[in-house]
Amino acid sequence: MQALFSHRLAVPLVIAALVVALSFALPSSFYLRVAALVWISAIAVIGLNLLMGYAGQVSLGHAGFFGLGAYAVAVLPAQFSLHPLLAALAGALVCGLIAFAVGRPILKLKGHYLAVATLGFGILIAMAISNESWLTGGPDGMPVSRMTLFGWRVRGAETWYWITGGLLVVGAWIAVNLVASPTGRALRALHDSEVAARVAGIDVARYKVRVFVISAVYASVAGSALALVNGFVTPETANFLHSIELVTMVVVGGMGSILGSVAGAAILVVLPQLLTTFHEYEHMLLGLMMMVIMIVLRSGIVPSLAALFQRRRK
Amino acid sequence: MSILSVQDIGIAFGGVRAVDNVSFSAETGQVFSIIGPNGAGKTTLFNLVSGVYQPKTGQVRLDGEAVTALEPNRLAERGLSRTFQNLQVFFRMTARENVMVGRHLKESRGLLAHLLALPSTLRQNRESAEIADALLSRVGLADYADTPAASMPYGALKRLEIARALAADPKVLLLDEPAAGCNPVETEEIEKLIRTIADDGVAVVLVEHDMKLVMRISDRVLVLDQGRVLAEGKGAEIRSNPKVIEAYLGTHGPREANLALN
Repeated sequence: MQALFSHRLAVPLVIAALVVALSFALPSSFYLRVAALVWISAIAVIGLNLLMGYAGQVSLGHAGFFGLGAYAVAVLPAQFSLHPLLAALAGALVCGLIAFAVGRPILKLKGHYLAVATLGFGILIAMAISNESWLTGGPDGMPVSRMTLFGWRVRGAETWYWITGGLLVVGAWIAVNLVASPTGRALRALHDSEVAARVAGIDVARYKVRVFVISAVYASVAGSALALVNGFVTPETANFLHSIELVTMVVVGGMGSILGSVAGAAILVVLPQLLTTFHEYEHMLLGLMMMVIMIVLRSGIVPSLAALFQRRRK
Repeated sequence: MSILSVQDIGIAFGGVRAVDNVSFSAETGQVFSIIGPNGAGKTTLFNLVSGVYQPKTGQVRLDGEAVTALEPNRLAERGLSRTFQNLQVFFRMTARENVMVGRHLKESRGLLAHLLALPSTLRQNRESAEIADALLSRVGLADYADTPAASMPYGALKRLEIARALAADPKVLLLDEPAAGCNPVETEEIEKLIRTIADDGVAVVLVEHDMKLVMRISDRVLVLDQGRVLAEGKGAEIRSNPKVIEAYLGTHGPREANLALN
């Protein structure tokens, strides 16, 4: 039983089971749509968790990559009549290249300094998106043309539920592969002791850049998916508050936990929807619940509950 | 020619010459010990040799190549490995994973294969885990393989660092106080371990405060005091050197030293 849970593929399989089970349980297309939004956020959060939870490097600018991915599938098909899938691929590529270029100088910084530098980077991208209105529609945003695959128009909440759910499973699978590989061990090692990692032969700067690029690609893919599902993009996808939201999802769900990334995304996407019944108290309740979660489950939902479960069994 | 040779190396911190014109060389298959009172510059010397600090003067040659001021990971590629006086363990990883990290340079590094868990990566993981398990047995930590390092006792972590350093198949191994804080039984185990490491053809450079251990195990001993070389020679020569006794015990020391050591 223990071996079953600790197997590398356990986590993506659990997520796949969850996606399938929820498709039966959710009663209407409204709920399927909310679930699709959870899957999309979870993709970005898994990427950010590789950077924060495993490699121990913070980024307060990840919505910048998310926004670039979103605008890639809006702008490229409109301007160059590129297929949305190719546009998403181009967005991911550009995000990877940008992360590679800014990664080396930025990731030399540590702790609060790294946080502020990535914050600045995110704000820069958000500003560029809302200022270049000739291309992006400015603060009003712009529509995203529907995707067609082999003559079939991709539409409907249920279709997107399955597409985004599938993407999430693949994203989780790649993430657990990485964590269990020599690269993953190098990342976790430099998190705990950079000097010991270097002495073990790890090129710390290079590995930090690698994981930064990977997490940027995850954010970009999630952004592209969101734009296609919504059929519309706004500069808010790239802004500072969204970056903070992604970081919050990582921390609430659990640093260094892939399953936690899904839990964190689910809580921060679903809770506001549930709390709308409380009207003006909505934000207050959301803040309060997040505080309680962090105080009671301080290493994040999934790691804390897993530890509790293990103690119970002993 | 010596596998590791250090010439006139030095560094100053804000006017204090922490290490001043120190030279020594270490030979394959031998244990070379560096001793000295607290603050003599032993750990600083290690940090200079292993690339953690950049020396202001002097040079380091490893296997005939000039390697002065190279990054620690570049030195690791050339066969230099070390442990730390203040533990530098990967606390969030298990003992096995800690040693597997030590295997890093010998592992395949294709990122795409890692992301997709291609058979080559899975094979690599298995191979590294097997080597790590063998090394854990060698240092007597086989029972801890799946234990997170954070919940291992201090003495075990000291040996875990040695296992991790050995995983890189080093030619030169710097051990910074491997027996500090260990009980007599653990100290004896570490002594045996160091001896077998040297016998396997590694040049061991040892910083240690346990004088009896140093005298038993060392082929040569270097004494540092206030950043400078005070004496160098075989254990017996060092023990009877008046300058060394003075540095450790003061000018009235010789008689007490004889009483203490005999």
